[in-house]
Amino acid sequence: MADVAQHAGETRRDFLILTASAIGGVGVAATIWPFIATLNPARDTLALSTTEVDLAPIQVGQRLTVAWQGKPVFIAHRTPEEIKAAQDVDISQLREPQADSDRVQKPEWLVIVGVCTHLGCIPLGQKAGDDRGQYGGWFCPCHGSVYDTSGRIRQGPAPLNLWLPGQVERASQALYKFTSDTVVAIG
Amino acid sequence: MADTRPGAMSRIIRWIDYRLPFVAALNHELNEYPTPRNLTYWWNFGSLSGIVLVVMIVTGIFLAMQYTPSSEAAFDSVERIMRDVNYGWLVRYAHSSGASMFFAIVYIHLFRGLYYGSYKEPRQFLWILGVVILILMIATAFMGYVLPWGQMSYWAATVITNLFSAIPLIGQSIVTFLWGGFTVGDPTLHRFYALHYLLPFIIIAVVGLHLIALHRFGSNNPLGIDAKGPQDTIPFHPYYTIKDLFGLAVFLLIYAFFVFYAPNSLLSPDNYIPANPMQTPNHIVPEWYLLPYYAILRAVPNKLLGVIMAFGSLFILFFVPWLDRSPVRSARFRPVYKWVFWLLVIDVVALGWVGANPPEGIVVTVGQIATFYYFLHMLILLPLVGKLERPRLLPSGIGTAVLGGGARLGAAGSPMAKP
Repeated sequence: MADVAQHAGETRRDFLILTASAIGGVGVAATIWPFIATLNPARDTLALSTTEVDLAPIQVGQRLTVAWQGKPVFIAHRTPEEIKAAQDVDISQLREPQADSDRVQKPEWLVIVGVCTHLGCIPLGQKAGDDRGQYGGWFCPCHGSVYDTSGRIRQGPAPLNLWLPGQVERASQALYKFTSDTVVAIG
Repeated sequence: MADTRPGAMSRIIRWIDYRLPFVAALNHELNEYPTPRNLTYWWNFGSLSGIVLVVMIVTGIFLAMQYTPSSEAAFDSVERIMRDVNYGWLVRYAHSSGASMFFAIVYIHLFRGLYYGSYKEPRQFLWILGVVILILMIATAFMGYVLPWGQMSYWAATVITNLFSAIPLIGQSIVTFLWGGFTVGDPTLHRFYALHYLLPFIIIAVVGLHLIALHRFGSNNPLGIDAKGPQDTIPFHPYYTIKDLFGLAVFLLIYAFFVFYAPNSLLSPDNYIPANPMQTPNHIVPEWYLLPYYAILRAVPNKLLGVIMAFGSLFILFFVPWLDRSPVRSARFRPVYKWVFWLLVIDVVALGWVGANPPEGIVVTVGQIATFYYFLHMLILLPLVGKLERPRLLPSGIGTAVLGGGARLGAAGSPMAKP
């Protein structure tokens, strides 16, 4: 009888220590959680603002930069040659294989986030005199990534194609639509 | 415990010291602390870095009283410090040049440790704490560099935080978490400011541990042999306090030169342009003290691998005490390691040069060779040289080696007679 009591006492203590530490651990985690969560984007930051862009004044061959969510979005009115160059690429040769048709809603309008997928610099190529790299798209001056006329990575250290607006992972849907023939709403 | 010589301490100090043995501890660690008698000026850089840390904290606190950590006002508040605040220019230049001085001193301190084997048994943990301090310093310096919110601030923050996007699967979420938004922005600046204020005090705490670990076995010395008795040591005070003070005076001359005559020589002119999230400067480079890591990052054409190598070049320092297999500490008695050491110094300088230049042509090749050699040194040469090399005969004691002349150095008769 004494033996049983002693044995039972031991297990009871073990049980108490375990449950107390587990509950304590949960309590600590629950306390830390809100502090960590404050560091993630706040609600006003998260609110997806929509930027409407009038496309009418953009000539064929012209490129325009608009700000969306604090990031530059490149809108390129592509020339027929640029469209052809983008479509003629053998996509199996690409670092991130993606057909041009998967990257545009209308072939003449390319809408992409102008942030290099390497380390976040803004590639050159929006202004007339800029170095556009050897594929006629964009060229990142920071570490030499070269993008083609579909914004796909062709050379240099960047691992992925330039993102489409609203894309959160590889090959997810782009977040923009043409509200009329000459107006695009991003976001 | 306490010093009981008459007149050594006033009654009040003795009353307190009985209850809080602070003065006694100070006396024990500074006044009586036995130190090898042969320390050279290379041993000044530890105390020097401690002094610069204090300078950085004091100037930083005064800057914080004038600075506004918001993306709207940060740049203007720094310009206000420069133009309107009394002596604001002095405090800011002392802080910005001080950062460079701090790293210069700490790098010399680190290479001193590498040359004289100061990381070896029983000082491994002392070394590890030193590497922890270096990592904390880099984090603090990086966040401090972001605060003026100029073009370089903004794009440095963008590029460095984007390093974490290389992590598979969760990388992008981590970066969003670090930013508190979808780009580097106001929330990022606020948290960097808070952490930039916090981290130096954590550095102070680790410096405290570094000192406790140091005083456990005392300083290493140029001969790399243990002090065996009173003939090998002298009290820290006054001998090394005076030597440290002289070194401090020389350092202050150099520091003052930068603060008063070349305060912008170590800064980038691009950082006097307010941050513009829509345009990246054509040529972005980090501060000089981060160039070697940056060169390693760029040397690898793969993003994830580049990031791993750049961080690895820093973290590998933790393992140096175990990578170096030689039982002999000082390179003075290691004929091969001595050369390998200087090659490493040249290699790191070459990496710095590569990091400062645009990645084209010869720069890329040099960067890849230098990166390869850095890891070759750490992973292959350190263990191999330690195993294969035949060290020179060690002197029997510090005292005899320093005072007795070359005759007692042993059969090899190495030219180690002078301290």
